[in-house]
Amino acid sequence: MNKLIELKNITKTFDDSQVLKGINLDINENEFLTLLGPSGCGKTTTLRIIAGFEEQDKGELLFNGIEISKVPPYKREFNTVFQKYALFPHLNVFDNVAFGLTIKKTDKNVIKQKVERMLKLVGLEGFGQRDVTLLSGGQQQRVAIARALVNEPKVLLLDEPLGALDAKLRKEMQAELKKIQIEVGITFIYVTHDQEEALSMSDTVVVMNNGEIQQIGTPTDIYNEPENRFVAEFIGESNIIDAIMLKDCLVQFDGFDFECVDKGFKENEEVEVVIRPEDIDIVKKGNAKLEGVVKSIVFKGVHYEILVETSERTYMIHTTDYFETGLEVGLSFGPEDIHVMYKD
Amino acid sequence: MRHFKNLVRPYLVWSFLIIVIPLFLIFMYAVTTNGNSLINIQFTLDNFKKFIEPVYITVFMKSIKLGAITVAICLILGYALAFIISKFKEKTQDILILFVTVPMWINMLLRTYAWMSLLSDNGVVNSLLGFLGIDPIKMMYTDFSVIVGLVCNFLPFMIIPIHTSLAKMDKSLIEASYDLGANPVQTFFKVIFKLSLPGVVNGVIMVFLLSISTFVIPKLLGGGQFVLIGNLIENQFISVGDWNFGSAVSLILAIIILVLISVMKKLDIDGMQKGA
Ligand SMILES: Nc1ncnc2c1ncn2[C@@H]1O[C@H](COP(=O)(O)OP(=O)(O)O)[C@@H](O)[C@H]1O
Ligand SMILES: [Mg+2]
Repeated sequence: MNKLIELKNITKTFDDSQVLKGINLDINENEFLTLLGPSGCGKTTTLRIIAGFEEQDKGELLFNGIEISKVPPYKREFNTVFQKYALFPHLNVFDNVAFGLTIKKTDKNVIKQKVERMLKLVGLEGFGQRDVTLLSGGQQQRVAIARALVNEPKVLLLDEPLGALDAKLRKEMQAELKKIQIEVGITFIYVTHDQEEALSMSDTVVVMNNGEIQQIGTPTDIYNEPENRFVAEFIGESNIIDAIMLKDCLVQFDGFDFECVDKGFKENEEVEVVIRPEDIDIVKKGNAKLEGVVKSIVFKGVHYEILVETSERTYMIHTTDYFETGLEVGLSFGPEDIHVMYKD
Repeated sequence: MRHFKNLVRPYLVWSFLIIVIPLFLIFMYAVTTNGNSLINIQFTLDNFKKFIEPVYITVFMKSIKLGAITVAICLILGYALAFIISKFKEKTQDILILFVTVPMWINMLLRTYAWMSLLSDNGVVNSLLGFLGIDPIKMMYTDFSVIVGLVCNFLPFMIIPIHTSLAKMDKSLIEASYDLGANPVQTFFKVIFKLSLPGVVNGVIMVFLLSISTFVIPKLLGGGQFVLIGNLIENQFISVGDWNFGSAVSLILAIIILVLISVMKKLDIDGMQKGA
């Protein structure tokens, strides 16, 4: 895969507070890359620097290997889908979508053809003459996507584009966006604070916190191999346990030694271990090292969420089987279910 | 909410007393013959016919012309100033707008007298020109002096509504325009100006209205022989004493202004909807 955009040690300060503290990121051609992190962590600022609406204080921004920090936004081959759509209220749907092509003085017939094809792609065929201010949120969103994509950008930037939609529509649009990305075959840089959205749509997830990148990886990597406590906690529910790495592939916690698959830590290094709730099996007492009592069981729609209290802590387990509260049980997990992280 | 409605009543009574009754009286004067006698009212349209006489039509056309020139100058100057002001930080903008309104705190008569001393044959401007070795120019009692007076007095009424519409404009629309490849000039004409049209329309209406109905400025800066519609009406009431004709001219002016406003508003709405 080709590197399309490179961010090198980008920093940005607003009124004395450092919002980006050295961002290093490579973005490939045709990649669906998501910036994920809590509100205020600097996602939008990163996106605005790529788009050209802000300039970094330090660091380089390369596009196809060429520094573009000083290139104004109207000369960059990127288009943006804004958080609140930012559709032109004085133009109808057709003219909104045609805006970029009109600026480029494209032939009228070509514009008509391209706009209509794009409206069809986003499911708004025949909406051309509508007043954009009278469309629903979901429809405005589609117009915003069409308006950006019709220019055939090299990169599409999307800032929480589904933030204003209700849950059901969000799900639909997630699937649709992914489909559109594959269909047009360009790079998407997507910003969201919703971990589920990030995991379900992306090729690459970039987890950010406090202006720093915490981890870059595929959704599976991020979920299964969180690099630190922040990532583990931010991406879904987890059991996070203080532990000691005795040696490669052997970790000690809750008074027992467990085999694991992680290597490269110092001997006897203090670490943290993540075990996902769905990776723990509840077994008969005596069949596992850890033992405890079922404290509560709550039905969550697909699975039960069970809390088991051991002598050291309370574990959360997700399972489709039912266990009586008060039952004494054993907790079992395999070496590959234990994820060892550096301690902050 | 409902019981607050009663609070509006005194206001309605006031409006009736100070707006509706005088308007009704003007209407009555305009459609009747001489005198204030209520006993033998005689209705007539002569007062309106009189307006069609060439003397008055000339006055009317001249008023419209000066009003249009004033609007054009105020629009260019006012838009430029409003645009520049809108580029500053929000707090600075408030202060700058306050400065724009400063002249409005001073009585219009005083301001106009100030212009007289600036523009008169041996006034400040001519003295300065004299220093530069340029012969004095006759500025007082010309179209020029009247237009200067009109523009300076009414410019704030153009700046403020335009600035308001620029300031409340959604900045992400401007970014969207850049994002779609429009350079700053294209963005100005295709987005910023279009979205500021409501402010422009309000400013144009205000300045035009004020310019064609004023009588102080043309009187002082234009001299006694300089007659615009405002002066014509004033003369009918103060010196000639023909209240009936004065009222008829007022009504004609009011109707023309109303028609103008509705046309402008319509243009504005169409502009907003159709755009480019
Ligand atoms: N133009 C600005 N001026 C001052 N502070 C800003 C500006 N833009 C963003 N910030 C601050 O920078 C931080 C990061 O903002 P942002 O990038 O929007 O975060 P996110 O999109 O991840 O929620 C926030 O604390 C925000 O208040
Ligand atoms: Mg944001």
